[in-house]
Amino acid sequence: MTTIEETTPVPSPRDAGADGGPLLDVRDLHVEFHTREGVVKAVNGVNYSVAAGETLAVLGESGSGKSVTAQAIMGILDMPPGKIPQGEIRFRGQDMLAMSAEERRKIRGSRIAMIFQDALSSLNPVLTVGYQLGEMFRVHQGMSKKDAKAKAIELMDRVKIPAAAARVNDYPHQFSGGMRQRIMIAMALALEPELIIADEPTTALDVTVQAQVMDLLAELQREFNMGLILITHDLGVVADVADKIAVMYAGRIVEQAPVHELYKRPAHPYTRGLLDSIPRLDQKGQELYAIKGLPPNLLRVPSGCAFNPRCPKAQDICTTEIPRLFPVTEQDGTPVTGRTSACHFWKETIHG
Amino acid sequence: MAELSKNDEPQDVTPNVSKVELADAHSEAESVAAVEAPVGRGEPILQVRNLKKHFPLTQGILFKRQIGAVKAVDGISFDLHQGETLGIVGESGCGKSTVAKLLMNLERATAGEVFYKGQDITKLSGRALTAVRRNIQMVFQDPYTSLNPRMTVGDIIGEPFDIHPEVAPKGDRRRRVRELLDVVGLNPEYINRYPHQFSGGQRQRIGIARGLALNPEIIICDEPVSALDVSVQAQVINLMEALQDEFNLSYIFIAHDLSIVRHISDRVGVMYLGRMAEIGTDEQIYEHPTHPYTQALLSAVPVPDPDAREHRERIILSGDVPSPANPPSGCRFRTRCWKAQDKCAEQEPLLAVPERFKGQDSPAAHESACHFAEEKDVVGAA
Ligand SMILES: Nc1ncnc2c1ncn2[C@@H]1O[C@H](COP(=O)(O)OP(=O)(O)OP(=O)(O)O)[C@@H](O)[C@H]1O
Ligand SMILES: Nc1ncnc2c1ncn2[C@@H]1O[C@H](COP(=O)(O)OP(=O)(O)OP(=O)(O)O)[C@@H](O)[C@H]1O
Ligand code: SF4
Ligand code: SF4
Ligand SMILES: [Mg+2]
Ligand SMILES: [Mg+2]
Repeated sequence: MTTIEETTPVPSPRDAGADGGPLLDVRDLHVEFHTREGVVKAVNGVNYSVAAGETLAVLGESGSGKSVTAQAIMGILDMPPGKIPQGEIRFRGQDMLAMSAEERRKIRGSRIAMIFQDALSSLNPVLTVGYQLGEMFRVHQGMSKKDAKAKAIELMDRVKIPAAAARVNDYPHQFSGGMRQRIMIAMALALEPELIIADEPTTALDVTVQAQVMDLLAELQREFNMGLILITHDLGVVADVADKIAVMYAGRIVEQAPVHELYKRPAHPYTRGLLDSIPRLDQKGQELYAIKGLPPNLLRVPSGCAFNPRCPKAQDICTTEIPRLFPVTEQDGTPVTGRTSACHFWKETIHG
Repeated sequence: MAELSKNDEPQDVTPNVSKVELADAHSEAESVAAVEAPVGRGEPILQVRNLKKHFPLTQGILFKRQIGAVKAVDGISFDLHQGETLGIVGESGCGKSTVAKLLMNLERATAGEVFYKGQDITKLSGRALTAVRRNIQMVFQDPYTSLNPRMTVGDIIGEPFDIHPEVAPKGDRRRRVRELLDVVGLNPEYINRYPHQFSGGQRQRIGIARGLALNPEIIICDEPVSALDVSVQAQVINLMEALQDEFNLSYIFIAHDLSIVRHISDRVGVMYLGRMAEIGTDEQIYEHPTHPYTQALLSAVPVPDPDAREHRERIILSGDVPSPANPPSGCRFRTRCWKAQDKCAEQEPLLAVPERFKGQDSPAAHESACHFAEEKDVVGAA
């Protein structure tokens, strides 16, 4: 059964949404949290889009607002203390921020589903896993208890939980971290949504299961032409599955690029720092490269470019002027499709 | 002490004096610690022998009947030396976290022993256990559920001092907590915040700060950097290595990222379904694996370079992971192994240097639990 094979290249991005536009389009999204200490500016103008069948990977510093952006898209931000002072989130052309709570609830779970970063706390500890999986079918599709349970077992099988039928009545704490994550994936896939937001879906998984899970996600994505937003720290996984990448820092997208492009020649100093931090074989016994300094305090985001206190390329202009997202071009000025960089010195970074 | 280059940070961060403080506290309390023991060759500080944990499987609501057991850990032995890092890798559900909890005595072993400096800690309880626990600390896998949502970060990191007040006198605690925050790269100003106000990665660093609070000798790290971005991961790994050099700490480092395990580990153990499949130095395991499972694991590593990835040979393990409640007879890997023969179903392969490599001065001569152990040319991806 075990096969040994050459890996095949990733297929190119598939067609866009039915109406030609993107499936999801986030425009100039801002999210802030009002706390006792002040206003935490967690998301400061995020723009990204995903087409049906496309995979967008979101990379970035921990604390840079990846999950908060995802929560805003899902409509599950705690408000208050959270607040969305500005921005649009268009799903199939419609701004979800302008919808009623009822309309949003209909979309959530059945048309847009999320796989959460924290599998254990997203599962109810006092209900069996089978019950929680079955709930999706009972509530959204009015299935009988018996049918829902059968469906739950089928889903558990699909995400490769061994002896699914025997374990369907187990509680979340009885499963390993990786298994809980797969159960979360099963839950998100249950209603065959159009868009899946996976927040570090494989963080808790070992490489073989990770490969299986990503293959599974890719397979279902192809089958249903789903859009996928994949939030991850794992640059290896990104290289394997993504069509395009958005890199976040301090609540902004600082660079966007097709997957091959980004690895070959980053156009933002933060991205370069990230790529240089990957442990390499020849670094054994040495200190790893790490971007110096601390992540920004979001109560007081540095003026100008938020990365300037840590940036090796910073100049005076970086402390005074916020760099907009510049379109990235070749040295001779020919545009590179899908590439942008929020750095005053993107040219020097990519070509220098 | 290696620099974390945090000192280049602008004004709002106090100078990094904390490591010196840690050193003082440590040498005071642990004046006997063997400082000059070379990494990897020190005395065994922890000896694990035939360790087992079986969780009962029950049926029925009112009258629970045991209908079997999940054999999460089923006979594991290894040594951990002073100042050494032992990496543990293996498939999700193979029992890594359970091993970690057993070593901490957070779960009671079904059978087997864990000797800490010669003393079997699986038999300890009460004060004797508390005393040992001070020296064995843990950093947990899940930064969400391991932090109490109703406690401030300062209280969480300072909590170990309640149980061990000798480490930090009451009046000194907040200062120590601030230092620990700084050591793990969190802004000391955050001391009064609650866990939900932090990102996943930031929470993981809170867990590490707490693990360091009591200046332990052994830190068991269960996926300590899995939730972190690569640059923060690099900072934490550098920090852990620096602390290790300074205090001769021993680490058990559980992770699924094989390249990070390779970077930090002196030796690596590969687990499969509650058992150790192969164990050796990082070079032996990564360059000269002889167990088919290790070979498959290494070949599945995603490579962070889209071009290099396209022509790699990949061993794709299909077939389900067998249930730990009912593991296969003989070799547990046989249901997914492409080399399995009749012998594999009949005889359980023991973890030992394979007969054919015995006495050889070859990197293939390390412990591997396979009847047909041999080298295979897999891409050394990690
Ligand atoms: N309820 C809240 N109150 C105050 N600040 C918050 C709240 N929720 C999130 N934040 C802050 O918002 C920022 C973004 O958090 P988010 O969880 O989106 O980070 P992330 O990019 O997903 O990080 P990670 O990779 O570590 O998961 C963080 O700095 C966090 O401290
Ligand atoms: N309290 C429990 N009751 C019953 N079974 C349990 C319990 N805790 C763990 N198990 C089972 O023991 C096995 C090993 O779990 P463990 O958490 O040690 O795996 P792991 O190797 O850490 O996996 P991961 O990489 O996914 O974290 C799993 O099959 C799990 O379902
Ligand atoms: S704008 Fe300036 S500080 Fe920001 S990344 Fe570019 S060079 Fe660095
Ligand atoms: S003992 Fe047999 S089944 Fe087990 S790993 Fe070796 S060859 Fe494969
Ligand atoms: Mg997150
Ligand atoms: Mg675990």
